[in-house]
Amino acid sequence: MVAKFDLNDDNVVVVIGTGAGGGVLSNELAQKGVKVVALEAGGRYLPEDYVNDEWESFGQLAWTDPRTTSGDWRVSRDFSGLPAWIVKAVGGATTHWAGASLRIQEHEFKTQTHYGNVEGASLLDWPITLADLEPYYDKAEKKLGVTRTNGIPGLPGNNNYKVFEAGAKKLGYKEVHTGRMAINPVDHDDRMACQQTGFCFQGCKWGAKWSAAYTDIPRGEATGNLEVREHAHVARILHNDQGKVTGVEYFDKDGALQMQKARVVCVAGNSLESPRMLLNSASSMFPDGLANSSGMVGKNYMRHMTGSVYASFDKPVRMWRGTTMAGIIQDEARHDPSRGFVGGYELETLGLGVPFMAAFLDPGAWGRSFTSAMDSYENMAGMWIVGEDMPQESNRVTLNDAVKDKWGLPVANVHFTDHPNDIAMRDHAYRQGKAVYEAVGATRTFPTPPYPSTHNLGTNRMSAKAQDGVVNKWGQSHDIDNLFISDGSQFTTGAAENPTLTIVSLAIRQADRIASEMTRKAL
Amino acid sequence: MTKETNSTTLTRRALLSRAASAGSLAVIGGGFMAAPNASWALTVNVISSHQMATVFQMARDIYPHDQIGDEYYVIAVKGYDNDGAKDMIAEGVAALDASAQAAGFADYVSVGWESDRVKLLTAMEDTGFFQTIRGGLVTGLYNQKAVWPIFGYEGESFSQGGYLDRGFDDINWL
Ligand SMILES: Cc1cc2nc3c(=O)[nH]c(=O)nc-3n(C[C@H](O)[C@H](O)[C@H](O)COP(=O)(O)OP(=O)(O)OC[C@H]3O[C@@H](n4cnc5c(N)ncnc54)[C@H](O)[C@@H]3O)c2cc1C
Ligand code: SF4
Repeated sequence: MVAKFDLNDDNVVVVIGTGAGGGVLSNELAQKGVKVVALEAGGRYLPEDYVNDEWESFGQLAWTDPRTTSGDWRVSRDFSGLPAWIVKAVGGATTHWAGASLRIQEHEFKTQTHYGNVEGASLLDWPITLADLEPYYDKAEKKLGVTRTNGIPGLPGNNNYKVFEAGAKKLGYKEVHTGRMAINPVDHDDRMACQQTGFCFQGCKWGAKWSAAYTDIPRGEATGNLEVREHAHVARILHNDQGKVTGVEYFDKDGALQMQKARVVCVAGNSLESPRMLLNSASSMFPDGLANSSGMVGKNYMRHMTGSVYASFDKPVRMWRGTTMAGIIQDEARHDPSRGFVGGYELETLGLGVPFMAAFLDPGAWGRSFTSAMDSYENMAGMWIVGEDMPQESNRVTLNDAVKDKWGLPVANVHFTDHPNDIAMRDHAYRQGKAVYEAVGATRTFPTPPYPSTHNLGTNRMSAKAQDGVVNKWGQSHDIDNLFISDGSQFTTGAAENPTLTIVSLAIRQADRIASEMTRKAL
Repeated sequence: MTKETNSTTLTRRALLSRAASAGSLAVIGGGFMAAPNASWALTVNVISSHQMATVFQMARDIYPHDQIGDEYYVIAVKGYDNDGAKDMIAEGVAALDASAQAAGFADYVSVGWESDRVKLLTAMEDTGFFQTIRGGLVTGLYNQKAVWPIFGYEGESFSQGGYLDRGFDDINWL
C-alpha cells in the first residue's frame, strides 16, 4: 500500500533525493511511523531495466543536466561539463556504485588533532567520533549485507583480483583481500548471489549488489508511510518569517511548479546539488542562501584523492570478468607522515570495459602510445586509488548565473584544485600501484588521472561550532532547526574510505534523531 | 565544394595512384567510395570524397589499430557527411592539406608515412577541428560493438548467466 500525501499536508517530512542518504533516511523514518514525501529528480529503474553497456547505461542513469567547472583539475579540461559521474534516478548513485563498504578510521574523525596545521587546508575534527557512529555502522553493515561482517563470507576473487593480490603479496602487503562489499556472495536478504557478470557500475541486473532502489525504497513504501515522487526536481526550499522551513517548490514530471508543505525538510541531493538548492533558495531574510550564516555552504568540496593504475602483461587477464571492484590493499590507509603526506589511501581493483577504457585511460591522448595500450586491453589489470584529500575553502560549488538548466535555474559550478598533499599522496600511490603490477611481470604501466568525481563530499560540512560549518552532529543545520542535510555533503573531512557506508550510517542515526525530536515536539 | 568539382578534380585514376602511395587509402570516385577489397562502400552526398578520404585517414592516424579494418573507421567518420559539419570539414581539411603542401607533399592523404602525417596532425592538435574528430572517435570507434571482440572484450554477459561458471577466475599464469 503506497502512501499518497496532500500537497498541503504540513505534517510530512520532505526528503529531497533518494540516494544513499535520502533513500535510507526515507525508509528508516517510514519504518518508525513518520510520514515521508521523497522527491526525486530522476525516474525509477529496476534490475530488469539496467543495461550492461557502459555508454548506454550512462545515458539511462547518469546526471547529465548541465554543470560547469573551473580550477586546475584535469577533469575541468577533459570533461568540462561533467565534473561528476553520479546518478539521477530513484536510488541515486547507489545504482552505479561498486559496493565497497568501509568504516572511517578513528583518527580520521579527528584530522585537525592528528594531522596538525596543514597549510592551505581547512581541516576540522568531526563533531562525532568513531564510537558515536559504531552502533550505526553495525546497523548499516547489516542493512547492506557487507561481506566479511556479520558472518557473511568474502567474495571470490576474479582474474583482476588475482593479479592484484599476487603483486601485493610479493611487495609484502599484509591487508589484502576481496574487500568489504555490499554484494551478496551467497543469497541473502531476499537478493541473489553475485553471478560475476561484471557490470556493477551499470546497475546490478541480478540485484546481488545493494542499492536503495530495490531495497530501502520499496520497503519504506510497503509501510504505507512513504510516498516517492519521481521526476520531481526541487527548485527551492521555502521558509516563514520565523526562519523555519515550511516546504519546497518543485517541478513535477509535466514541468508544472508544485509546492509541497513540510514539517521538516531533509536535503540529500548529493554534494553538488544540495548546496546548489540551498544557494538557489536565497531570500531577503537569507540573502546568501539557506543555512549559510557561516558562509560555508558549497565550500570545502572534496572528491577524494583518486587516480588509477592499469598495467599490461604478456598474457591475458580479462579484468572485465566479474565484480568491478572486489579487491583491496589497506596497508597504505594509515596516517604516516614519513611518506611525505598526511592521511592515507586504499588501493582497490577496478575493471573497465573497452568503451570507458578508451575514454578514461588517458583522456585526450591519441596516437600509437595510446592505441598500443588499448591493443593490450585483454592483458590488462587495473586498480583505483582512493585517499583522503585536503578540504580547502577555495574548492567549492557556486551558482553559475550565466548557465541555466531547463528549469531556468542557475547551474552548479564546481571549482577544484589539488592540494600539494593530494599530489604527494597520488604520486606515492602511483609508485606503489606500479610496483604491485611490476612484481608480477607487468610489461607496461599507466598512471591514469582521476575520472569525473564519483565521491562528492563536504559542501555542507558538520561542525561543532556554527561558524565552522553548515550542520551540527545530527546533520541539522546550525541556522534552521527543521532543515537537515542527509547526504555526503555533511562530511567534515573525506577520510581514505569510500563514503557510502558512512552516509548510510549517518542517515540511520539521523532518522532516530528526527523521529525522537518529533515525538518530543522539538520539531 | 560541389559534387562536380569532386568528379572533375578527383579522377578514379588519380585516386587509385594515390591509394597506392598512401597504402590503405580507399578507391574513390564521384561521391562513391569503396575499399579495394570491397569490404565497405560509402556514398558521400554533402562533403567531397576527398574530404571524406582525408577525415578517414585522420581517423586511422589518430587511433591507429592495425588489426582493425577500414570499415570500422568509415562507420566512425561517415556521420560528417552532413550540412552541419560540412563547413568545419572543408576548413579543417583545407588547413591540413595546406600544411601538407608546406611540408612538400601534394596533400594529406598522399603523405606516405604515418609518422609524417602524425607530425602534421600534432601541429594542429589544439584546433577545434582536430579535437572534434578525435573526440568523436572515442565513442565512434571504441563504442562499436563489432570492434570489441578485436580487443578481446566480451561485452555483456548477463544473457549468458555472467562469468560465474565461465572463467571469471580462470587465470592460469600467476
Ligand atoms: C560509478 C560509481 C561507483 C561508486 N562506487 C562506490 C563504492 O564502491 N563505494 C562507495 O562507498 N561509494 C561509491 N560510489 C559513491 C556513492 O555512490 C555515493 O557516495 C553515494 O551514492 C552518495 O550518496 P548521496 O546520498 O550523497 O547522493 P546520491 O546517491 O547521489 O543521491 C542524490 C539523489 O538526489 C537526487 N537529486 C539531486 N538534486 C535534486 C533535486 N533538485 N530535486 C530532487 N532530487 C534531486 C539525484 O537525482 C539523486 O538520485 C560510487 C559512485 C559511482 C558513480
Ligand atoms: S558482478 Fe556481481 S554485483 Fe556486480 S553487477 Fe554482476 S552480479 Fe551484480
